[in-house]
Amino acid sequence: MYGNDFGEPLNAAETADYADAVQEYFDGLIDADKRIEPRDAMPEGYRKTLIRQIAQHAHSEIIGMQPEGNWITRAPSLRRKAILMAKVQDEAGHGLYLYSAAETLGVDREELLDKLHNGQQKYSSIFNYPTLTWADAGAIGWLVDGAAIMNQVPLCRCSYGPYARAMIRVCKEESFHQRQGFEILWTLSQGTPEQQAMAQDAANRWWWPSLMMFGPPDTGEAAQGGHTAQNMAWGIKRFSNDDLRQKFVDMTVPQAQKLGLTLPDPDLRWNEERGHWDFGEIDWDEFWRVLKGDGPCNEQRITHRRRAHEEGAWVREAANAYAAKHAPHNNTVQEVA
Amino acid sequence: MTDAGPSTSRDNWPLWEVFVRAKRGLSHVHSGSLHAPDATLALRNARDLYTRRQEGVSIWVIRSEDITASSPDERDSFFDPAGDKVYRHASFYEVPEDVEYL
Repeated sequence: MYGNDFGEPLNAAETADYADAVQEYFDGLIDADKRIEPRDAMPEGYRKTLIRQIAQHAHSEIIGMQPEGNWITRAPSLRRKAILMAKVQDEAGHGLYLYSAAETLGVDREELLDKLHNGQQKYSSIFNYPTLTWADAGAIGWLVDGAAIMNQVPLCRCSYGPYARAMIRVCKEESFHQRQGFEILWTLSQGTPEQQAMAQDAANRWWWPSLMMFGPPDTGEAAQGGHTAQNMAWGIKRFSNDDLRQKFVDMTVPQAQKLGLTLPDPDLRWNEERGHWDFGEIDWDEFWRVLKGDGPCNEQRITHRRRAHEEGAWVREAANAYAAKHAPHNNTVQEVA
Repeated sequence: MTDAGPSTSRDNWPLWEVFVRAKRGLSHVHSGSLHAPDATLALRNARDLYTRRQEGVSIWVIRSEDITASSPDERDSFFDPAGDKVYRHASFYEVPEDVEYL
């Protein structure tokens, strides 16, 4: 589960002429920290921002099935294989929860998938990095899902009800993902020198991209293009990118020490005064490059996604034909005991 | 995940709302929604999507378009009549302190 918060800048004018009454009602709910529900009137900018963010989040879930799916056939034991399949299945489920949440805002899932396939909507850049070894399955669970949880726990209190409810389900399931990843690396770190080196190599490659998952910094030139201030006012976002990133670093460094892994940052050191870990400069050029399509796997991920969708068309058509043939008629409630 | 989205276009699978009974003795509670071509597959998809960790012992699915919902625009006129009837609550009544079982 991976939610980003950056992309095209908002058009402030979109909300300016929105009916005063709607705005007042909406502001009242937000000020009282109440949830907005699908049939409430809401400013157009709020609706559009949520559609963009929830869609991007949903896309990230289903694209995120690919890097780990890559290792299902080569998992080192039946136990690991069953776990990995359950995890990838969870990611599909998370995508579906989120597409459902987006649909309450008046968009159609097919439309969102079209936008993913033609590049109009993005997914988290973290999935444009390759999974080169089995240890990467561990590093994704530990670092990528760990960073995702840090982003997602505050979204459980997001002002938009359906998104918050989806995130509660997601977060419950996500903690298994992080722990299984840690366990993979823990096992490797207890293993042969080759296995230890494999774990270290994975940590080296996933550390910086994981820190980038929190999005651009809150201040400075690289902050351009973020929506933090507006989204915090709307109750969509509860903490700034840098605050969440710091929390993630503080949480992860002791875990790395436990694993006996070195994190690839010479500037990483405990700052007694701040009570936090200091860390080095993130390569934002790489971040924007990968976001704009020039990462190691962008082309591969979207090509695979399109092909899977096209090759599944006959299943959808067959199911439709069967449903049409057997439909007694709508109004059907079915129950299983 | 609560309300019916717009009615679907093209040949898309319709939207269904899913209600799950977590265990015997509890009501079915709305879990979310999903797309499926018919009721049978809606149930199967609901099982895979909303009860992967044994969250339920029974599932209902119903086409979203078959749900009639109250309108948020009328919420005041619709729910206000109950607002001034505090005497419907037990706490409204003043009784002597030393009366038991009341």
